[in-house]
Amino acid sequence: MSVPAPAILTAPVAAPVATSYWRLVSRRLARDPATLIAGSLLGAIVLAAVLAPALAPYDPAAGSIRMRLSPIGTVGHPLGTDEQGRDMLSRLLFGGRMTLLAGLTPIVVACLFGGVLGILAGYLGGAANSIIMRASDIFYAFPAILLAIAISGALGPGLGNTLISLSVVFLPRIIRVAEAVTVQTKSLEYVAAARASGAGSWPIVRYHLLPNVLAPILVFTSTQVSLSIILAAGLSFLGLGVTPPAAEWGLMLNTLRQSIYVDAWVPALPGVAIFVVSMAFNLLSDGLRDAMEVRG
Amino acid sequence: MPPLMTVDGLVKHFPVRRGVFRRTTEMLRAVDGVSFAVELGETLGVVGESGCGKSTLARVVLRLVEADAGHVRFGGEDLFTASERRLKRLRRDLQLVFQDPYASLNPRMTLRDAIAFNLIIHGADRASARRRADDMLHDVGLDPRLFGARYPHEVSGGQRQRVNIARALVLDPRLVVLDEPVSALDKSVQAQVLNLLQQLKAARQLTYVLISHDLNVIEYASDRVIVLYLGKIVETGPATVIAESPKHPYTQALFKSAPSMDPSQRLVAPPLTGDPPNPLSPPSGCRFRTRCPFATAQCVDVEPPLREISSRHFAACHLYSNAN
Repeated sequence: MSVPAPAILTAPVAAPVATSYWRLVSRRLARDPATLIAGSLLGAIVLAAVLAPALAPYDPAAGSIRMRLSPIGTVGHPLGTDEQGRDMLSRLLFGGRMTLLAGLTPIVVACLFGGVLGILAGYLGGAANSIIMRASDIFYAFPAILLAIAISGALGPGLGNTLISLSVVFLPRIIRVAEAVTVQTKSLEYVAAARASGAGSWPIVRYHLLPNVLAPILVFTSTQVSLSIILAAGLSFLGLGVTPPAAEWGLMLNTLRQSIYVDAWVPALPGVAIFVVSMAFNLLSDGLRDAMEVRG
Repeated sequence: MPPLMTVDGLVKHFPVRRGVFRRTTEMLRAVDGVSFAVELGETLGVVGESGCGKSTLARVVLRLVEADAGHVRFGGEDLFTASERRLKRLRRDLQLVFQDPYASLNPRMTLRDAIAFNLIIHGADRASARRRADDMLHDVGLDPRLFGARYPHEVSGGQRQRVNIARALVLDPRLVVLDEPVSALDKSVQAQVLNLLQQLKAARQLTYVLISHDLNVIEYASDRVIVLYLGKIVETGPATVIAESPKHPYTQALFKSAPSMDPSQRLVAPPLTGDPPNPLSPPSGCRFRTRCPFATAQCVDVEPPLREISSRHFAACHLYSNAN
């Protein structure tokens, strides 16, 4: 049968230049003030923590018995001093380093290993999937804080052990999410189309799977950062994390605990710091989730 | 001339696993002994209700899902015993266009790259693959300058389906399986895409296997028709013959159910009632007997084989056995 050749479709073009995914994401983020504020606040806090040795007015470990528990606003100690007379501003700056390090490192480690394991489990399926998923289910069965305390308790206090125990806490969560999105993406027709065209595993993973599973995994991981920071501080508070005299927000909260009856404001400071940082991470991850959503 | 592709006794049963130990309790007989041939240059329509095994048939024939029994020969070569390497080469000749224009394009790939990907995995370099992708976009009626760098979410369903067609055809296949290529599209766009398919077929000497539940589409586009019911062929023949005088009661019911543009052909009562039986436990004898107005005792006991009723026209029904 004869059919007239189709005219080239010249429908009016909404966006003459197609936008790449990541450019679209950054454009969406730029229009989201809450995320921007949370992001810049976090940026400032991370910068302050990194630059703590340069910014801190005092040695965070050097106290003076004479100056114990000075209130906020004391000359020379704008945020007061703790129960050993150590400068709170300096300790908060150095403590931020520890807390962020102890909170973020496990997330990065868990995201790397959990992402790889989850994607493998999802892509390979079968026995590999069963082994990886059932093993992570065992860890997932425990509440996060209980698992963190149990592992830290078994390994003993110290920064290194905190990092290990928190990595183990977050690993199964990320594996589950990575596996779920991989299984879902793998079943989509564009993957079947690539297979039907003779594409091998590597091109399918590289061009079809990874670009579509990484964003959801990263978004989920970012929601876990605030929890990780709270858990890291919590372990230190319980004496299972960073050991004194090092400054760490959770540990500061613990040692200042008894001083709450002398001055309620100074002991509250590390708590405020934990609260602000974890809220900022939550806001940032919410913003990221919205910005990274793929709209059909 | 030998047929381009022959499908012989194809069977695909999906195990239904239940319980803690994932034991196989039942078998879903998606495709249950299907044989047919595809002649060079024809459009073979495959029609049937949802769940009759049309899409499974397409996937098994293209070896996207391994068959349980049967053979598919393409150009004289057995597809199911071909080596991985040979299969990769054969896949260039055998392409598939998917039903869902939304799920079938990677949201992170530009339309140009989606088409070029198929050339790159077969060893083309990036630049020439992109150039050929652009030519292919042009051939399916999309200006590469406007559409090449766009993402799937930036174009319409009809345009996506054109890209799907371009992606399949860029490998210069000989046989294209079209799995419900237009059922997700608006009526007006359906006609455009069907016409595009016809025109590409003529220009590139293609052979089509067109799968659809829509009789209007099948009747319009195919030369020969296979009617599937619960994983088996119940009737097959030239499209014009089947449309004018369907023999199997199921085919007759299908044609009576199809909405018509002609008011005098208005439906009086739905001729086909109820859902098809559960493919986990198909009826004994003739599978259609539970919904067939002519069912007899013979239909319960004996499964009717495909019999030639007129030239190249076959139906599997006891009404047309020699005894009657």
